[in-house]
Amino acid sequence: MDIQELAAEIEVEGEYAMEGIDFISSGEQFLTFLLAKEQYGVEILCVEEIRSWEHPTKIPNAAGYIKGVINMRGNIVPIVDLRIKFNIGEPQYTDTTVVIVLTVKGDSKSRTIGFVVDAVSDVLNADEKEIKTAPSFGGFVPEHYVNGLVNVGEGVVTLLNVEALQTIEPHQ
Amino acid sequence: MSIDLSQFIPSFLEESFEGLELMESSLLNLEQGDDEAINSIFRAAHSIKGGAGTFGFNDVTVFTHLVETLLDEMRDGRRSIEQNDVEILLGSVDCMRLLIEAIRDETDCDTTKIEENTKLLEKTLAIEESSAKTEGDSNAETSSSEPNQGISVWQIDFVPEHHLVQTGNDPLLIFSALAELGEIIVVAKTKELPLLNDIDPEELYLSWHITLTTESTEADIKEVFEWVEDECLLTITQEKAIIDTPQDDVTQQDEASTSNTTIPEQQDLAKSEIKSAKATDTTQSSDKAVQKPKAETVGSIRVGVDKVDSLINLVGELVITQSMLSELGTDFDISKIERLTSGLDQLLQNTKELQESVMRIRMLPISFAFNRFPRLVHDLSKKTGKDIELILKGEQTELDKTVMEQIGDPLVHLVRNAVDHGIETSEVRIANGKPAKGTITLDAYHQGGNIVIEINDDGGGINRQAVLNKAIEKGIVEAGTSLTDNQVFDLLFEPGFSTAIEVSDISGRGVGMDVVKRNIQSLGGRIQVQSEEGKGSTFKVNLPLTLAILDGQLVRVGTETYIIPLITIVESLQTQTELINRVSGDMVLYRLREDNVPVLPIYKLFNISADSEDVEHALLVVVEADGQKVGLMVDDLLAQQQVVIKSLADNYQQVEGISGATILGDGSVAMILDIPGIITAALKMAQQTHTTRNHQQAVGVIA
Amino acid sequence: MTKILVVDDSNSIRDMVSFTLKSAGYQTVEAVNGKEGLDKAQTEAFDLVISDVNMPIMDGIELCGELRKLSNFKFTPILMLTTESSGDMKQRGKSAGATGWLVKPFNPEKLLATIKRVVR
Repeated sequence: MDIQELAAEIEVEGEYAMEGIDFISSGEQFLTFLLAKEQYGVEILCVEEIRSWEHPTKIPNAAGYIKGVINMRGNIVPIVDLRIKFNIGEPQYTDTTVVIVLTVKGDSKSRTIGFVVDAVSDVLNADEKEIKTAPSFGGFVPEHYVNGLVNVGEGVVTLLNVEALQTIEPHQ
Repeated sequence: MSIDLSQFIPSFLEESFEGLELMESSLLNLEQGDDEAINSIFRAAHSIKGGAGTFGFNDVTVFTHLVETLLDEMRDGRRSIEQNDVEILLGSVDCMRLLIEAIRDETDCDTTKIEENTKLLEKTLAIEESSAKTEGDSNAETSSSEPNQGISVWQIDFVPEHHLVQTGNDPLLIFSALAELGEIIVVAKTKELPLLNDIDPEELYLSWHITLTTESTEADIKEVFEWVEDECLLTITQEKAIIDTPQDDVTQQDEASTSNTTIPEQQDLAKSEIKSAKATDTTQSSDKAVQKPKAETVGSIRVGVDKVDSLINLVGELVITQSMLSELGTDFDISKIERLTSGLDQLLQNTKELQESVMRIRMLPISFAFNRFPRLVHDLSKKTGKDIELILKGEQTELDKTVMEQIGDPLVHLVRNAVDHGIETSEVRIANGKPAKGTITLDAYHQGGNIVIEINDDGGGINRQAVLNKAIEKGIVEAGTSLTDNQVFDLLFEPGFSTAIEVSDISGRGVGMDVVKRNIQSLGGRIQVQSEEGKGSTFKVNLPLTLAILDGQLVRVGTETYIIPLITIVESLQTQTELINRVSGDMVLYRLREDNVPVLPIYKLFNISADSEDVEHALLVVVEADGQKVGLMVDDLLAQQQVVIKSLADNYQQVEGISGATILGDGSVAMILDIPGIITAALKMAQQTHTTRNHQQAVGVIA
Repeated sequence: MTKILVVDDSNSIRDMVSFTLKSAGYQTVEAVNGKEGLDKAQTEAFDLVISDVNMPIMDGIELCGELRKLSNFKFTPILMLTTESSGDMKQRGKSAGATGWLVKPFNPEKLLATIKRVVR
């Protein structure tokens, strides 16, 4: 499923409802997803595509959270299981397991990595002032991966720093 | 209109460098009376001069003009071709290269060499024709610089020859050019006009009388008739000067105003030209400020039209196949299976040809790498006093542009080495009953999917004992080790090894054969030496045709598929129990004829699970890198195929033991094994665990 | 549209001439030597030919002579691009049937001004 379809499926209220994907709001937009029961969000502009899980090709001697690489239209894209990386929930691979492919464009080159999550949930609009800094006593997700927290109804969404997520620790 | 000329400069630079190479190689082979060679050298210099003039590189124009003058004398036969002149011209080519490189790099050129060479050229030219003035400058057009003399009336009689129009000249256009100078009255004279029946429609029978009122000079008017002056009777007489208009008077005379409208326009043009020149100036200086990297890195390939055409044809075929297949797919039933199979075969064929064609675009003849050697050998033989002939073979053999760029330096080193250490002095050669003139041969040819470049010299060959002694002295091998000839020659490529008794000026300092070998290996190639004492040596460089594609052997370990580059594979075999030897615990050696080959199970290396972990009756793929063989243990041998190499580092990072990845026919990704990397890593591991006890296992010598 | 055949073995000069002409609204066809130029002239008509003199395989003078033998090039203007400002080269061009010449180095403005003298 690509982001256009996804956006089309998500109900949008009020004046933006007729405008499909171009529902520009003052704040930034985030794609939210689930790791176990927790909600996380990443900047929607980084989302390349959302694909279903397929078995990647293993990278020899890579860390456990790096599941391997897949072929995405001729590009070799590594797959990181965020559940293992952050030690949240059970890393199970079923038909509903999804991979969010994120691209960060650098000065000269961009980097694309796929992240395994339990499910994609929503598109979230958040104003800068709605984003609160996360308390600095640690959960499983190390601090430098977190950009902030946003309250959504009763719940809270942890906004992740995509660039930090994409950093790959050197082998061994 | 103002056109930015700077956009054409890269292509001017490119063709100038090509021209210089052509000049150099032709000069090196120049023989008396070889008119075509002199002509092509002259043409190259001439083109560079013309381009430099057009694009405003004055120092190049001025210098090249001298070169061209000298060449012109040779071309006309006014000057015989002396070796001394050829040397001066070679030096001049170097100077021109310096000047043009300075333009490319936007730096200032070291002028001392240029000045020296200029003096040499001037001296040479002066000897031949001290009286004759150098052409060109004196011929510069001066007509327009004559002072303005105010408005005059000119009476012009223009009687063209009948065939004037057959040179493409058109009287009407001549008159419009005159009209741009001032006001004209044209009267046609028809008295020469024959009867209609006698008219030849290709001839011109008219003549004209023109009255021109203008500020322009007689020279300006003559210039309009410049192209036809030999094909007409032309009389121009000044009737009278009407008014002496001071030059700074802005008021235009009524009678001249209409036709003079073009003059301000021209001034505008001139101004805009100056502006654009200024603009480029400032960009150049700001570029200098930020220290722009060399323009060299901007890669471009000039592709022959034939290659592009073949590509277009193939794409056409591909489109046909595609439409055939999609038509087949719209209402497919099992009865059409045969057509489907043949369609798919066709698709395979098309794809393969298309791939080959696309690869061919990156392929250039190796002459691009070879063409520097005639000069190099020429200079080196002068320097060493050795008499050497260089023979180039297989110059049209093509290889990938990137490989070509990177193989240049290693080849230079090998050629220098052949001059320095290979070829003996003439006295020694004569004493040994050889021809006084030594020969170095560079030969390139295709072999399988590889290109082989051989550097052969008929010199003294490699002194086996000298190499061995040196290696022992340097601690590379232990005294008393018994080695085959090939193993001894391989010692030349060990770091820190040099057979020259002293480090010579020619083979360079610091860069050894080990670097040559490393560079070749980093291109996925290998180098071997054959030598016979007294007869000469041959260095054989084996390179993949391209870096983007490799021939691979697909192997399976557990659920994973890996690709082993075919070039590294020595052989594949099923192990026989009696040939398996276990040494010092867990190290397994397999006896392959006289070699003991260490066995590396891939599952262990990569920490994955395999079908079988048993060394007995296992499949071994014996691979070789750096002269070291190892047996990679795999579960299954799959197909051999060409694979396109993709980088893992783009989105991930380099992985030890893996040189890249590729996409297989089913769309899945497979890792390509980095054989030299795996062997180095395995040896390191083995040495750590087993220290030095087992070094008899090693084939050859490991540093 | 006025169609011009540009013949020069130097890529940069040929590109420059062709670019200038196109910018001024002319249509151009390029050839890298006299032989190629002649081949092209045999298959299509041109309103003007601009040719370098010094070229490998077939030079501009020879091209000019050959073109004049073609019936549809009898009256076509042919301009020689020459660095030789000497009368000799001009004379050789004229006797081969060239209309006129343009002395290198030239700038785009001079090129266009010269062309105005041979095409309407």
